[in-house]
Amino acid sequence: MLLLLALFIGTLAGCGVWLLLRARTFDAVLGLTLLTYAVNLFIFTMGRVKVGAAPLVDKGGLATLASHADPLPQALVLTAIVISFAMTAVLLAIALRASAETGSDHVDGEEPR
Amino acid sequence: MSSTLSTSLFAGHGIVLPIVLPLAAGSLLLLLEKAHSRWVGAVSLACTLALLLLAVMLALQAGRGDVQAYLLGNWQAPYGIALALDRLSALMLVLTAAVGCGALLYALGGDARRGANFHALFQFQLMGLNGAFLTADLFNLFVFFEVLLAASYGLLLHGDADGRRQRLKASVHYVVFNLSGSALFLIAVSLLYGLTGTLNMADLAVKLPQLGAENSRLAHAAALLLLVVFAVKAALLPLYFWLPDTYGSATAPVAALFAVLTKVGVYAILRVTTLIFVPGAIATDAGSAGVAGTFLPVLALATLVLAAIGTLAATRLRGLVAYLVVGSAGTLLLAVGLGTEGTLAAALFYMVNSTLVAAAWFLIVDRIAAQRGGSDLLQPRTLSAGWAPLGIAFCIAAVAVAGVPPLAGFFGKALLLKAAGGTPLVVWVVALVLGSSLAILVALARAGSTLFWAGGEPAGLAAPKALPGFTVHSAADSAAHTAAHTAAIVALLAAVLGCAVAAGPVSAYTSAAAAQLLERKSYIAAVLGAAPVPAAYDVRRELRERERERERERESVK
Repeated sequence: MLLLLALFIGTLAGCGVWLLLRARTFDAVLGLTLLTYAVNLFIFTMGRVKVGAAPLVDKGGLATLASHADPLPQALVLTAIVISFAMTAVLLAIALRASAETGSDHVDGEEPR
Repeated sequence: MSSTLSTSLFAGHGIVLPIVLPLAAGSLLLLLEKAHSRWVGAVSLACTLALLLLAVMLALQAGRGDVQAYLLGNWQAPYGIALALDRLSALMLVLTAAVGCGALLYALGGDARRGANFHALFQFQLMGLNGAFLTADLFNLFVFFEVLLAASYGLLLHGDADGRRQRLKASVHYVVFNLSGSALFLIAVSLLYGLTGTLNMADLAVKLPQLGAENSRLAHAAALLLLVVFAVKAALLPLYFWLPDTYGSATAPVAALFAVLTKVGVYAILRVTTLIFVPGAIATDAGSAGVAGTFLPVLALATLVLAAIGTLAATRLRGLVAYLVVGSAGTLLLAVGLGTEGTLAAALFYMVNSTLVAAAWFLIVDRIAAQRGGSDLLQPRTLSAGWAPLGIAFCIAAVAVAGVPPLAGFFGKALLLKAAGGTPLVVWVVALVLGSSLAILVALARAGSTLFWAGGEPAGLAAPKALPGFTVHSAADSAAHTAAHTAAIVALLAAVLGCAVAAGPVSAYTSAAAAQLLERKSYIAAVLGAAPVPAAYDVRRELRERERERERERESVK
């Protein structure tokens, strides 16, 4: 499963970077979205992947990471998701306005010569 | 413990106030903007002045020498988020508030009304900056970076219809670049968490040297990723291309406030390299110059060279000033990269002066452009009013930024050259710092003589059109607006001159700050040793008692 996750994160990050480098505003927005997905999964993985374990300590259960998932990366991911979501919205608004104002969806506001 | 509590501000809560005050002010201003827009400017200015007062009081408190920690959620240090106030943080707070006051005062002269919600965004920007300077938690640093960036996206777009196109173009670059930087920041932070299981900076400083050799390469990668992110903010050589465009298209008071923005990157590099990634902290580079020591001075020197070329090649005054900011960032990072106590002290001293003077520069440029019909192109043109007041301001700012005696820029560079004496790069440091100063001086002298002395409209040269982003100085400018503009520039220049007059006390403070940075123990002990305040009202006990009562009731029903 770890290999699958690693491949998935790598693919997402690779696609994100490729889209980002296309220098079109909409592609850049999509690329950044994919990149943040990759980053969020990466943060999640950094808390060690564990199947069927709750991040909360049950009554009577030992409060060690051997029997529980690490709750902190999950909290970090939540924060990161909220921030990246808001920032993507801001970027979309700016990109829409920029393409309306300049008549081009290139990030430089004009077609490359 | 009780003695430190009684001597610190507001029973120890003073440390969190530089974050809470702008947050409350910004939220209040959002409401006021709709209903009572007349009061917005006054309230905003009052809050920023209060922030300056608070920052000075905190600096006096930090100046006594002990690092103070503040547990935000009242959790013991590595588990909750902690704030920490040392001499460096307090210095940055004062600097931010001072630049904020100057920029806001200038904005009250008309620029604040050129778009919506300027004051609220301004306060949120101050909140993000203060939070980044105070936090002792790496993830919290990321969050405050995002707060200040989110506010800066809004501020960068602030302005009226002309110049919107240019601002939008600069914004797209700026936002995309910074969002990519945030992604890298998160990768680095989570990698460090995966390795050490902690995000508290003091705890990281303890845990990082305990890593096994098999993990040290990963730790090294995380450290370098972090430095890349901070170098983006600080405008180090391969990563500074966003800066001239961004600063060149922002409204004048916004550009002045952004003078602090690059210093956040410098601060973050300074903090992590002196606290966490000290030489020998990561097993693979034991004994070498540390994570940053190998490449940072070289890149900083290259940044200096490019900044000098940029100032010489600039065709607009705004562009010239933007490269001055790049140059000051280069000088600062050079001093940080060399990493001895002397160079750090010099860096901090230089930072105070260069931040204030950079902010003053953006305001002066705006005034000059307004007097020249809304253009800051470096071409001869008659000023609509007399040249004397602006010329004097230009001269003072030029002397301060180029590092010529008698102003504080000179002391900063002299301290740096003196402290660089024993380091391996000393020849390059002396040659390039002096060479770049000369280039900047030449560029400024040429710009000044073109702007102020070569008057009149030369034949064959069309009168420059008003460029986007500038207002044309007209008789319609009310006396109050002119007074606000003058007051802002005079205040910032007075602060610059004050740095030179009070060079002794300021440099004593910065030397003590550098010594405190390198002596990491007090920071670590203060953050990890901060004890939670016992709860006056125990919620958990209340819950337990209620649970017990319910069980008793259930049993009685049975």
